[in-house]
Amino acid sequence: MTKFGRHDDKSLMDLLVEASIKALEDAHAERARIDSVYVATMLAGELTHQTCVANALTDQLGLLPASAQRIENGTASGSSAIINAYQAVASGVCDTVLVTGGEKMRHAPAAEITDWISTMTHPTAEYIHGVTLPSLAAMFTRLYMERYGVTREHLAKVAVKNHENALKNPYAHIHQKITVEGIYKSPESEINNPVISDPIRLYDCCPVTDGAASTVLCSAEMAKKMSAKAIKIGGVGNATDPLAVCERKDPIVLNALKEAAARAFKMADLKPQDIDLAELHDAFEILEFAESEDAGFFEKGTAHEALENGVTSLTGEFPINPSGGLKARGHPVGATGVAQVVELTWQLRGEAGERQVRRARRGFCCNFAGFANNVSAIILEGE
Amino acid sequence: MTEDIEAMIKLDWDISKKPYPPKVIKLASGESMVVREASREEVPVLLDAIRPLTTVSKDYYDVVAARMYSELLSWYRYRARNEFCLVGVVDGVLAGLVNNRHINEKEVWSHHTIALKRGGRVGAHLFAAKHEFSFEYLGAEKIYVVAESPIGFRRWMNEWRLVETGIQHELQGATAWVITRDAYLKDAKPRLVFGERPVPKDMLEQSKHLKLVTPDVLEEK
Repeated sequence: MTKFGRHDDKSLMDLLVEASIKALEDAHAERARIDSVYVATMLAGELTHQTCVANALTDQLGLLPASAQRIENGTASGSSAIINAYQAVASGVCDTVLVTGGEKMRHAPAAEITDWISTMTHPTAEYIHGVTLPSLAAMFTRLYMERYGVTREHLAKVAVKNHENALKNPYAHIHQKITVEGIYKSPESEINNPVISDPIRLYDCCPVTDGAASTVLCSAEMAKKMSAKAIKIGGVGNATDPLAVCERKDPIVLNALKEAAARAFKMADLKPQDIDLAELHDAFEILEFAESEDAGFFEKGTAHEALENGVTSLTGEFPINPSGGLKARGHPVGATGVAQVVELTWQLRGEAGERQVRRARRGFCCNFAGFANNVSAIILEGE
Repeated sequence: MTEDIEAMIKLDWDISKKPYPPKVIKLASGESMVVREASREEVPVLLDAIRPLTTVSKDYYDVVAARMYSELLSWYRYRARNEFCLVGVVDGVLAGLVNNRHINEKEVWSHHTIALKRGGRVGAHLFAAKHEFSFEYLGAEKIYVVAESPIGFRRWMNEWRLVETGIQHELQGATAWVITRDAYLKDAKPRLVFGERPVPKDMLEQSKHLKLVTPDVLEEK
């Protein structure tokens, strides 16, 4: 993958090419023929004025006449591309598929980005009333606080943890140490950590990021031929929930995630307790709690206690977001789902450097579109 | 003869000037930033810090740095009246600087704010500190502010709830927006002005030996 961050000097295509070449080299893909290229991007046309990017990338990489598809599924485009590629290989349609996700966003004004991201909401029940993803997250957070006793300090501690992890990740966007005192306890935190949408503050939100991530999917036989350090996709799942959050039975239960995770666990024939680490979609820090609960790793309403007890830290029993997560590794929306798989792959291979999780054998990731309208879950297994 | 002319054109403070009591700000990183008044003797070091930014077009650093360079140099060479500069210092390293110029006893032109250490809201704290100085220690009644970048506009006009005046600011650019002493004390100060006094002796001493590092904006990717 590329370094995540601000890339004023690179185009979206530059980022996609850079990430793809690294993935192809890592997979020794010169020993195979790439049958298909899946490119995940949400806003290529809207923000960079380039469409048909899958064809352009395939051409730039010299992979013609491989099949090329662009996958757009909002902020879950990356994981959707991986699941589609997985299905192509599993069905026997393709032997080897390159999946690359990327986005270039930082050059656009924040209001424009917020508006485009908000187009994932229900057009008449939410969007036209001014609903944005931060405002949905704020209501979600408020209800979580009232029902389960989650506090602003808990959210600050998630941010501190993920920033610490990102400091060990050379690919992360945010390399900034933060402290609970600096963003929550001190009087100055009112300035350091301003309100975005009450009760959500700046450090409860992921940044806007440029970047790309890439991986190669192939059959087990092909992996042996390529002599790559392959990691197995044990299970995948994707599921949906009502587009309008107000139509959900319980607005702070992530039904799409529950279903997607259940499908992935069933396919992998595993249970949540078999998983050693997770990369979760913490676009807002409250989601790290909600996702880890609804995926089955903790009882509902208890993830903040696990955080307090150090369970989810890098050296804890169940590390979450060793990469820094969306919060600090960054969230180039089309790249995120692929970046999660890349991080888990490095972790399961024991190649994650300073942020390596001990005894990492099986990893779980989930990637959201909208406010959990459409969720993908993927389980990876090492040797 | 030259001395006589110099005496006529030399500018300095012509209104009552009191010192700014230093304070300590806690940043998001947990680091402590000392905010103190810069001395005229420190200006050459401050100019060294600003000079590399005069060619950085990102976020209008070039415009702001070039203008602030001119303002500080003018102050240093006695060609600016009633000018002051505050610096923010973290572990002895210059993190940012701000300046204001008093028109008279009651009115102030807000000049510039530069954060060398980005992402920690250093600029927001320093902007608050210079207005604290002008209103609370130098007796200002009104401060006129102009923004040269969209980021500056959001930070100052929106966050400080300033009021448009239609008055042309001396820095040129857009027209000035104003904050009154009353609005500062009732609205802005409780929300936006922080810091503890006194500064521990060793921390204050360390802040007086300014070290320069490459500004973040030159290294950002």
